[in-house]
Amino acid sequence: MTATSAAPAAPATTSESIRLNATPRVQYVLRIADTCLIHAQRLAEWCGHGPVLEEDIALTNMALDLLGQARALLTHAGQLDGHGFSEDQLAFLRDEGEFYNLTLVELPLRKPSGHLPGGDFADTVLRNFLLASWLKGLWTQLVSSTDAELAAIAGQALKESRYHQQHNGDWVVRLGDGSAESAARMRAALERAWPYTKEMFTSDAVDDVAAAGGLGPARSALREDWQQDVAEVLLYAELPPLADTPFVSTGTLGRHSEHMGFILAEMQVLQRTHPGGRW
Amino acid sequence: MNVEQAWAVLDTVPDPEVPALSVRDLGIVRDVIVLAEGLEVVLTPTYSGCPATEVIAQDIRDALCSAGLGPVTVTLRRAPAWTTDWISDKGRRKLLAAGIAPPGVASEAIFIRPRRIECPLCGSTDTERLSAFGSTACKALYRCRACREPYEHFKPI
Repeated sequence: MTATSAAPAAPATTSESIRLNATPRVQYVLRIADTCLIHAQRLAEWCGHGPVLEEDIALTNMALDLLGQARALLTHAGQLDGHGFSEDQLAFLRDEGEFYNLTLVELPLRKPSGHLPGGDFADTVLRNFLLASWLKGLWTQLVSSTDAELAAIAGQALKESRYHQQHNGDWVVRLGDGSAESAARMRAALERAWPYTKEMFTSDAVDDVAAAGGLGPARSALREDWQQDVAEVLLYAELPPLADTPFVSTGTLGRHSEHMGFILAEMQVLQRTHPGGRW
Repeated sequence: MNVEQAWAVLDTVPDPEVPALSVRDLGIVRDVIVLAEGLEVVLTPTYSGCPATEVIAQDIRDALCSAGLGPVTVTLRRAPAWTTDWISDKGRRKLLAAGIAPPGVASEAIFIRPRRIECPLCGSTDTERLSAFGSTACKALYRCRACREPYEHFKPI
């Protein structure tokens, strides 16, 4: 560089983060919205990289369903919050500490992040199955929410989650009860994911407020149906059921793993550097 | 009568992802309401993430305005959720003619394994599913073992 060369022009502005200070009701909706959104983002990373064309298409189709669910929920969370934030502002301008997804969905799937190598299809179909089973149970109960919009969103999402559960459950069985190699890898995937499932059923004060007001179920109420669904598939897949761990992840409290910053950076970079950019 | 004219126009607006069907055949237009000025069209989106919803709303506004029935407001109604049971009989015949196997009854299809789906080309039931998801989220990919042709199946939901 010479003394006369101009420095690259800095963007005129960058988007500032928004701050929510979410009430328990808003946080309850954001937990579901963010779980769908971040899971969709992870699945979308497979676009163009699936092990076979059919599964590439299936993963992106499921990502699309989840993204649609997230959009509707974020819009609704913005309305409940009352500060006038749009779905886009909530997705792209919130900081990590105000994202409330389950930690499970932010862990890397295809791409390496932190110390995790990523790239094993077994992790992807297993996480999809565990999560679709959880969401199916959640939507089933949200259909009778006292919040009409939340109930309406759940009515459509429930049908989609059944297809996701079935499709990924089929893969868990195919790989778990497959070759020695596929069985070992599915078992390793199960061991990696399992400690993060406890957060799906650990209720806190936000759940209590939601359950008391009829907004939606506390997470502890989702456990029994989920265990039944998962145990059946693991049995067919010849995978051993695993014991509960003392560890509980804390994404739903806004305290995330080291992988969260990376996925948000990739997801948010465009809106952060080109405020309000549209195409 | 504006409402009847509007429904006739809606029968000519193709779904962007399954152009064999009009938006009316697909059963996503739930209501047409006459306003003091123009019309309100009430849509129920198919899938949560259907990328065509915004395009459909624009196509509907354009078609009705071109027919002199504007201005047009399109509103979304999420509940009750859209189901393939709302696809009209005419729509089902059009799907079959386009080589897409129409959906069975949604409530019966939810909890069971995929059944043998009759081939829309030769009518054989000796068919197999190749992929649970096809070119769009609403379709699955099948193959007929009798005539050897691949085809799509509109999934019941």
